[in-house]
Amino acid sequence: MSAALTRLPAHQIAPLLDGYGREIARRRRASAMGLVVFALCVLAAGWVAEVEPRKFVENLPKFTSYIGRLFVLDDGRLVLADPLEWYWGLGKWLAKLGDTLLIAYLGTLIGGIGAFLSCFGASANLATGPLMRFLTRRALEFCRTVPELVFALLFVVAFGLGPVPGVLAIAIHTYGALGKLFFEVVENIDMKPVEGAIASGASRWQAIRYAAVPQVLSNFASYALLRFEINVRGAAVMGFVGAGGIGQDLIEAVRKFYYSDVSAILCLVIATVMLIDLGTERLRHRLIAAERKA
Amino acid sequence: MKDRDLFPNRSGIAERHAVLIEGDRMARTKTLLVLAVILFLAVVAVLRLEFSFAGLANGSAQLMTFLGLMVPPDPGGKAMIFLKALGETVAIAFLGTLLAATLAFPLGFLAARGVLRGWLLRALTRRFSDSLRGVDTLIWALIWINVVGLGPFAGVLAIMTSDIGAFTKLFSEAIEAADPRPAEGVASTGGTKLHEVRFGLLPQVLPVFLSQVLYYFESNTRSATIIGIVGAGGIGLHLAEMIRTFEWDRVSFIILIVLAAVAVIDFASTRVRLAMIGDKASQK
Repeated sequence: MSAALTRLPAHQIAPLLDGYGREIARRRRASAMGLVVFALCVLAAGWVAEVEPRKFVENLPKFTSYIGRLFVLDDGRLVLADPLEWYWGLGKWLAKLGDTLLIAYLGTLIGGIGAFLSCFGASANLATGPLMRFLTRRALEFCRTVPELVFALLFVVAFGLGPVPGVLAIAIHTYGALGKLFFEVVENIDMKPVEGAIASGASRWQAIRYAAVPQVLSNFASYALLRFEINVRGAAVMGFVGAGGIGQDLIEAVRKFYYSDVSAILCLVIATVMLIDLGTERLRHRLIAAERKA
Repeated sequence: MKDRDLFPNRSGIAERHAVLIEGDRMARTKTLLVLAVILFLAVVAVLRLEFSFAGLANGSAQLMTFLGLMVPPDPGGKAMIFLKALGETVAIAFLGTLLAATLAFPLGFLAARGVLRGWLLRALTRRFSDSLRGVDTLIWALIWINVVGLGPFAGVLAIMTSDIGAFTKLFSEAIEAADPRPAEGVASTGGTKLHEVRFGLLPQVLPVFLSQVLYYFESNTRSATIIGIVGAGGIGLHLAEMIRTFEWDRVSFIILIVLAAVAVIDFASTRVRLAMIGDKASQK
């Protein structure tokens, strides 16, 4: 049996095709307008930011030669020809890297504890009232939006040079970032255990401790590990403003044109970040798997 | 009616079901061990980094003084300079994000499974983008300043370089997570590979790209503020200067306008995202 497609007579098709054409034309006009506005924004931004494509093309070989220069020792040999000379400062750099990791760890820990205590007050289901929720959320937002390095600059002036301002800056930013992630997790928990706890006479904090916390703890731990990984990167550059860690050595090497030191320290930092990435990823997978089993 | 005691053996309940209440020995030991490690590392950190409560107390007192001086925020006649610098910062973020997205678009395809035959190019692209990502934007800013000199151009390049890595990873993950069936449908009606990508893959993947790019634009505004501190243009330099000269009311003004700019960009990007995704949703 053959299927026949019926075609409408011409005078009925014409208005349909017209309507379709008009729709498509309207949408195309809107896209074109959008593109024009966008192109104007790009040109304006380029003018404001002093972008000159010609300068970029001229300087591109300079970039590659700079990168190349980073891998040449002072006496002209390639760094890989004499790794001992390349890593002459390995001892002190590893110590500084250890400090950097400790700065990230302590900052994440302090910020995480603060976030844990505040997240219930910021959640829609466990806060004591709309005012507390509003205030807590705004506080978290503020701590999250102001860049870490700005806090670090302020704290260096207040607390002096050294790792303490770095830890505090990371702690405050982590408080804001983790607080937001934590309260979103809390808003998704099953409320029935909480209702059960309250029904058997628990106070608000007891209900949180026994009914809410077991549900969220592995999620919290997973987010905290992720934050630690990000904070290691942040701690590495805290030294740029004097807040401790290996950043200080790095910025000194860049500014004083100790090329081979720059590449040595950069490779160390990249390797450390990659190792921490791998380690925390495996820990997080085990946490997520344990959560799924439960 | 007499009250019935619902739990006649109440006194023994806790002991008989101790395992349910406290967890078995394995779980308890593991928890204690984890807590011990966390505490130990914290103590090591506090000692090694020379945290002292006296120092903290002193510094906090100083900090309170500074915070007091920050209110009310006062640009002190430099408002136009600061606003111009803020515009420069936003421009740096905008261009850097745009360039990174444009360059990462093809790289994302290269790095995704199932697009190319063979694994070598994909592995290379992935390692390349990982190393770009592992180096912080601030470090790239220092490098680019050494290459093109101080100023906003170095900032644009720094943001572009560090974001290419991030976008390549995100784009490749979005491509891998896309549903292959629309592309198969296109192929079954006689389309070429290019048609498959254009009509089967892109409509799924572009909204995800767009929302990532917009999110990074907002985050890059904050990064652009910071790289100004080392001289890559924008308001960061003014901020660092005002902090170093202790002009706290200017500092709070600058922080406020940066926060305002980020909020505006956040709002605008949400509207753009809804407008574009709304468009796409209505096409279905």
